[in-house]
Amino acid sequence: MGRVVIINFIRFFLLIATQVFLLKNIGYYNLSIPYLYILFILLLPFGIPNWLLFFLAFSTGITIDVFYDTLGLNAAACTVMAFIRIIYISITVQRDGFDNEPEPSLGAMGFRWFIFYSTILTISHHFILFTFENFKFGELGYTLIRVLLSSIFTVTLILISEFAFFSKKTR
Amino acid sequence: MRNIWLFFLKHNAFFLLVFYFLISLSLLIKNNSFQRASVWNSSNKMVGSAYEQVNEVKGYLSLRSINDSLAAENALLRNQLASSFKSDSLKQVTVRDSTLKQQYTYTLAKVINNSIHQKNNYLTIDRGTKHGIAKGMGVTSAKGIVGIVLNVSPDFATIRSILHSETKVSAQVNGNIGSLVWGEGNNDSRYVYLKDIQSHLIIKKGDRVVTSEFSLFPEGTNIGYVVENRKKGGDGEMDIKVKLDTDFSTLQYVYVINNLLSAQQIALESQNKIE
Repeated sequence: MGRVVIINFIRFFLLIATQVFLLKNIGYYNLSIPYLYILFILLLPFGIPNWLLFFLAFSTGITIDVFYDTLGLNAAACTVMAFIRIIYISITVQRDGFDNEPEPSLGAMGFRWFIFYSTILTISHHFILFTFENFKFGELGYTLIRVLLSSIFTVTLILISEFAFFSKKTR
Repeated sequence: MRNIWLFFLKHNAFFLLVFYFLISLSLLIKNNSFQRASVWNSSNKMVGSAYEQVNEVKGYLSLRSINDSLAAENALLRNQLASSFKSDSLKQVTVRDSTLKQQYTYTLAKVINNSIHQKNNYLTIDRGTKHGIAKGMGVTSAKGIVGIVLNVSPDFATIRSILHSETKVSAQVNGNIGSLVWGEGNNDSRYVYLKDIQSHLIIKKGDRVVTSEFSLFPEGTNIGYVVENRKKGGDGEMDIKVKLDTDFSTLQYVYVINNLLSAQQIALESQNKIE
C-alpha cells in the first residue's frame, strides 16, 4: 500500500513538471495541444474509492490551471474524465480481477484494452476542456477539430511513455 | 431516511461528479468576469518564482540569438548618436531646445512566462510596482508591440498580449486608422488582422503598419507589414492581414512604456465627464 502511494506521488510531480515546463511550449499553432498530465489519473489503482479519485482528479486539474492561468477549466475536464473512468472500468473489468492487477497500465491490461481506455478518456477530457475554453457554440466545428487533433497527440504521448516504462506482468 | 442515504451511497460517483464539476464551473465563471482579480494566477509569488527558476535555464538556450538581436539594436542606436553625424556647415549654433519635453520612458523587463497556443494569451515579466510598472502601460519588444499591462504585484506583472481576443489597439497604415484584432477565426501567433479600413483605399503588400496617435503607445511604434488584403462584400470595409514584427514564440526581453503625460491627460478628460 505504501509503495503504491509513493509511486503515484512521484508520478504526479513528474507529469506536472513535464506538462508545465515542457509540453506547455509545444503545439501545432492552436490546433493540436498535448495534455499528457492526465496519464496520472489514468494510472491510479483499480481499488481507489470514488471520493478519493474525484478529489485527486480535481486537485490535479487545479494544479495545472494555476500554471496555465485558466482557473477551473482543467479541473472541470478532469472531474468529468474521472466519472467516465469509473463507468468504463465498471463495464469492462470484473471485480475479482483487482487483486493481481493493481493499476490499469499497458503492461497489466494488454494493448487492446489500454488503447481503448486511454482514447475514450482523453477524448472526453479534451472535449470538455476545449468547449469550455471557447464558451460558445458558434465555433463548434473548429472546436471538434481541435479536440480530435489534440487527442491524437496526447494518446501518442501516453502510449510512448507507457512503452518507455513497460513491464509485462503475468496475468 | 435510510433509503435516501442508500440511494446516495449507490450513486456516489454521480453526485461526486456534480459536486466537483459545479466547483470548477463556478471558479471558471468567477475568474472570467472578474478579469483575473484573484491571486491564483502566474503573478502569484510562488508560481512566478517557479517560472523564474526554469527561465534561468531556458535563457541559456537562446543566448546566441538574443546576443545577435541586442548587437543589431546597439548598432541601430549608435547610428542615431549625435557623435556619429559629421557636420559639414562651418558655423555651429547650439540651440537649447525647450520645446521638446520627454513624454515616454522605457523600462527593460525579462519575460518569465509566455504562452502563444491558448485562445487568450498572457505574458508574465519580472518587474512590478517596485520598479514603477502600473496597470494599463504599453509593452513593446525591440521589434514591435507586445501588449498591455494587466495586473501588477510588487515583483511581477502580467501582460495581456496582442494575441488575446479582447486586446484592441488603434493602428494605421499609410495614415488610415483602423483597429487591430486577433482571435476571430484566426489563431496563428504570427498574424493579426487590421479592420475598419475603407475598401476604396489602395493598400499594397509590404506596407508598414504602425500604431496611431490614439493608442497608448508612442505614435509610429512598429506593428508589422501587410501580407494580404481581402475586400468584404457589402459594408465597404476590408480585412488586412498583418505579419507581426514581434516573434512571440521566442520573446525574451520587453520594454514597458511609461507615458509621463498620461496622468495629466486622464485628469483633464475626466473633467469632461463631470460637467
